[in-house]
Amino acid sequence: MKVEHLSGFDFGAAELDPSIFFETAASRLASGGRALAYFALPEGEAHRLVMAVGFDREGRIEVYSTQAYGPFRALTPSFPQLHLFEREIFEQAGLKPEGHPWLKPIRFNTPGAVPGVADYFTVHGSQVHEVAVGPVHAGVIEPGHFRFQCHGERVFHLEIMLGYQHRGLEKKFIGGPDGRSLHYAETLAGDTTIGHGWAYCGAVEALSGVNVPPRAQILRGIMLELERLANHTGDLGALAGDVAYLPAASFCGRLRGDFLNMTALVCGSRFGRNMLRPGGVNFDLDAALIHELKLRLENTFRDVQSAVSLLWETGSVADRFEDTGVVSKEAAEGLGLVGPVARASGVGLDTRRNFSSGPYEGFTLGVSGSGDVYSRAYVRWLEIQKSAELIAGWLDALPAGPVEAECGCLKADSAAVSLVEGWRGQICHFALTGPGGKFRHYKIVDPSFHNWQGLALALRNGEISDFPLCNKSFNLSYCGRDL
Amino acid sequence: MIKALMARWKQGYRTMEFPSAGLMLPPRGLGLPKLKPGRLEKAAAACPYGALTAGEKPGLDMGRCIFCGACANAAPEAVEFTREYKLCASGRGALVITDEDFRRAESLGAGLRRLFGRSFKLRQVSAGGCAACEADCNVLQTIGWDLGRFGVQFAASPRHADGLLVTGPVTKNMELALRKTYAAMSSPKVVIACGACAISGGPYAGHEECAGIPPEIPVDLYIPGCPPHPLTILDGILRLIGRVE
Repeated sequence: MKVEHLSGFDFGAAELDPSIFFETAASRLASGGRALAYFALPEGEAHRLVMAVGFDREGRIEVYSTQAYGPFRALTPSFPQLHLFEREIFEQAGLKPEGHPWLKPIRFNTPGAVPGVADYFTVHGSQVHEVAVGPVHAGVIEPGHFRFQCHGERVFHLEIMLGYQHRGLEKKFIGGPDGRSLHYAETLAGDTTIGHGWAYCGAVEALSGVNVPPRAQILRGIMLELERLANHTGDLGALAGDVAYLPAASFCGRLRGDFLNMTALVCGSRFGRNMLRPGGVNFDLDAALIHELKLRLENTFRDVQSAVSLLWETGSVADRFEDTGVVSKEAAEGLGLVGPVARASGVGLDTRRNFSSGPYEGFTLGVSGSGDVYSRAYVRWLEIQKSAELIAGWLDALPAGPVEAECGCLKADSAAVSLVEGWRGQICHFALTGPGGKFRHYKIVDPSFHNWQGLALALRNGEISDFPLCNKSFNLSYCGRDL
Repeated sequence: MIKALMARWKQGYRTMEFPSAGLMLPPRGLGLPKLKPGRLEKAAAACPYGALTAGEKPGLDMGRCIFCGACANAAPEAVEFTREYKLCASGRGALVITDEDFRRAESLGAGLRRLFGRSFKLRQVSAGGCAACEADCNVLQTIGWDLGRFGVQFAASPRHADGLLVTGPVTKNMELALRKTYAAMSSPKVVIACGACAISGGPYAGHEECAGIPPEIPVDLYIPGCPPHPLTILDGILRLIGRVE
């Protein structure tokens, strides 16, 4: 069933017979569709499988559902992009996808599960060795367990086992919206507060049928692009640090903070907490603040330009970035990668363009690359320039009017799909309401959910010493994936 | 090379003075809360985390507060958030703001201060939060803040660390790793709980997936906030080792 992005739809109309469900899903995924979400919805004693498919080129979304009582047909063998979704369904609902190659736990949240204890890929041979890292890492970063199967320095395979950050978020949305729901969304991944917060607000607004005033839409756009600027700038600095090019690393580390401080100037929080609310935003800009923001944006962007251009002009940086950690376009499409990482491999997906809405109507930037670390870095630089241009334009032409609209009760027995292009890529929130207009289920798909497997592939046939560099070029979220 | 030098010259000297007079959170930032004479019932009802207690002995528990400002919006006559960033406390109870003066964190005893006052290495363990606390710890290592000038550094191994800085609500999936990290550190060692999650569970308080910092890992410094501003974290750490008064 075709559904509109960011508008409520009658969930009952998405029902299909089981055989037709799998046929439809397979044919749609084979003809340019990409799974936005695939999950099991509890329904009395049984479950209902729900899949949302996005057609990026047409900017179209379809949703199908079918009842499931037990084992069902795995689609992963034909469509690897579903591999983690099907493992998740097995872990959460106990429904077995028959034919899935390896149903390993993904969050270790079932009775008796011990985090990190599972079967791993192994390579055998007299000179093969294994390197295990984590969950606690050397830096100030989130926990995860990585295992490298190596021959000398050469990595045959990297296996990434996560779940340490699992704090039971999704089910806490059920019965909401309440006073905590928005905070859950804001802390799904702390560095993506605006991205996830906006996706949540979009879902609530779709279900209550409220129209967000134009001024609030633009203010949200400003905050989302500031978030992108901060993180992309930080990533470029971190990449520089990992190839021991300290000037750009030092400059970008400071400049990332300047973007965070601009966010704090608007809403008090460096991460954009408290900025959004369903129906609009909590903070407005007056002439003095607009002036201050423009000034800071101009100065900071100039410094970013000077810091980042060093990367492209330095031979030792290019030497480490080029041809390292290549992910082909076929692999990126096959795994359903999203965000700058996918664009760097030549996948033409940007939610701001393909599913444009609000302030992004008419968004045109298209970027591409050859799938290596260099491309993933350069795509970020192109996006930094675009974000700065967008914010400057919006600050010059902020529409007058209110910054919030009254958001009433949610429609009962309804559903909505909300997509936002966070700085890591496409965020998908799929909200369903029950008879009383309260959340009956809330599915969150962080871009990292799709992209972790991309990092594993990037390491194939690379060297262990390339891992930090590849890892930074993806910079994925553990907490957004673990929920 | 010449371009790198030119860029260095253009970027300038960027390390902030700390501490310095007049340093405050941004104008819209929410810092040290203040209870006003108005009654707290309405504000308490607006808090989704039970951080406010109304009645005879009113209080606002900064350990549970995620600084969303819902209470001050609902009852501006009862609660106000100032722009004061010095929020850290040595005891869990001291985080509760009442009508009495807030007792800031105290430094370690003279013996520990002699050991750690000029060189203090921290092992950070991220245990189930949203990674915003981690981001604001990392930012202290940038040139803007230059944590190293105070003799404080994050160490890569617990074996090299004097202190453990915990972020996140300590998920059950991270509990063992946290215990092992603590056990791997040599004594004497100190523990810092950074952020609402580590102190009380924060936004995830009451989740069955979260265990909290186990009682066998005694906390010496509480840094409230969600996430705490880097100013708050830095102030807390330096207060602990007796580098600021």
